[in-house]
Amino acid sequence: MKKRWFAAFILPGFAGVFCFVLLPFADVLRCSFMTAVTGEFVGIYNYRRVFENEAFRLAVKNTARFTAVCLPLLIFLGLLTALLLAGLKQAQTLKAIFLFPMAMPAATIVLVWKMVFSKGGFLNALMGRQIDFMGTDLSFWVLVFSYVWKNLGYTVVLWLAGILGVPSDIIEAAKADGAGKIRIFLSVLMPQLKGVFYTIAVLSVLNSFKVFREAYLVAGAYPQESMYLLQHLFNNWFVWLELDKMAAAAVCLAAALLILILLLTRLWEEGEAAG
Amino acid sequence: MNFRWIKKKAAALLRLLVLAVPAVLMLAPVVFVWSGSVMSRQELGVFLGPALDGKDGYISWRLIPDYPTPEHYKKLLLLTPQFFVVFWNSVKMTGSILAGQLLVAVPSAWAFAVYRFKGSRILFRIYIVLMLMPFQVTMLSQYLVLDRLNMMDTHLAIIVPAVFSTFPVFLCYRGFAAIPRELLDAGRIDGAGELMLFFKIGLPLSSGSVLAAMVLGFLEYWNLIEQPLAFLKDKTLWPLSLYLPQIGPEKAGEAFAVSVITLIPAVFAFLLGKDYLEQGIVASGLKA
Repeated sequence: MKKRWFAAFILPGFAGVFCFVLLPFADVLRCSFMTAVTGEFVGIYNYRRVFENEAFRLAVKNTARFTAVCLPLLIFLGLLTALLLAGLKQAQTLKAIFLFPMAMPAATIVLVWKMVFSKGGFLNALMGRQIDFMGTDLSFWVLVFSYVWKNLGYTVVLWLAGILGVPSDIIEAAKADGAGKIRIFLSVLMPQLKGVFYTIAVLSVLNSFKVFREAYLVAGAYPQESMYLLQHLFNNWFVWLELDKMAAAAVCLAAALLILILLLTRLWEEGEAAG
Repeated sequence: MNFRWIKKKAAALLRLLVLAVPAVLMLAPVVFVWSGSVMSRQELGVFLGPALDGKDGYISWRLIPDYPTPEHYKKLLLLTPQFFVVFWNSVKMTGSILAGQLLVAVPSAWAFAVYRFKGSRILFRIYIVLMLMPFQVTMLSQYLVLDRLNMMDTHLAIIVPAVFSTFPVFLCYRGFAAIPRELLDAGRIDGAGELMLFFKIGLPLSSGSVLAAMVLGFLEYWNLIEQPLAFLKDKTLWPLSLYLPQIGPEKAGEAFAVSVITLIPAVFAFLLGKDYLEQGIVASGLKA
């Protein structure tokens, strides 16, 4: 009875997920062990080619660097902003303003970035210099800035929801016990926010893949080296129909992300059990 | 009015001042784009030359142009039939995707929230993992199916895979799962069928989370770049979000005007759904 109704409600959606996601991904997994043209079984040959590929190595390095810089930065800035916002009368309005970049089309952002970061742009005008932000390694930092700018809003919303969700009697009790502000923050507030932290981390990783939009629109398929990400690589291999390499790389990326997700889930559940 | 009161007020003011810096940064691009869209070509050429054409000197700007003009909007709306094509492409794709998600994702979410058993929990975990996979992972597999079904280079190539995205399932699930089980059991005792429960209790009580999914979805699909770039070769099929970057720097005024027009529906959805949007973001964070 339960199962029959479950099936009835889920079937239209699941049929689609199965046909458009699960089944084709299984096909990609199969393809990753074969040549694209002749369909011969070649074992891990495609994987070896991917890992020996210069562009792939560069892209992995840049993507890892980008994630390693952006994630802590975004999470920290979001927390700082949320702490400043908590309890302010204008919190609602400010939150809406911080969320606003989510609505901005990527191409518009790119146009404005060109006004700000080009050689004769606002930033250089402000500093009275002629720094080439887009053509050098600095372009990586422009991308970091653009990511934080676009994603700060939901991070703040999540942190704030978490902070306001901490029962005030715990904090009052800590105060009564003579704990200082910093002590309360570290030992009372932070342990309560582990779940929020997990969510922010997962969503931020996912959204970090979307910086491709700005990066691609600003610099095309082959940007300055420090900005060449995995997303560029997938896009270029797709254009050049390097399907066997792409299959192997897609499987690797999926596996890496799956491990990351499971690791974060494990950490989170441990935190839940301890808290 | 004692000393502590003043201290408290001063602290709040200081916090506001600090927060004003990022707030201005968040809103500044809209102001630039708006003023640029009503600025004449000559003025734009002088101001933007150093930034976009590599002329000497620095960019300068007026928030209110000396001679405001609707020329860019006029040109776009009266003389650029292509603009209407891409605009409707965007409307059609976004609308179809959201409608499809309503039909497919909402019942799926209901199934996961109400009829729980071991198998359904496992499937739900799979859905969550799928929701977290970026487009690059699914790009090739989507291509293989779309190619086999002869859907490449049609709007269906964008619409169909997006309809079966598992993200809205997850968001709506949050809303449905919050409905007390007793309420559903009471309905069953009173003789309501399962379909009736879905339409009369489920949907009305969690319309907020469904709307949240729709608002987040709108912002996502209105700004699609990766999918149309990969799956649509025919430029007459492209959405606004891909048409905009094609406008060269010499037509900056037009680009600003298109930006403003692209922003209008997004801002509209944003303001209407602000509270749901927030609710949706928070819901995407709570435990599965």
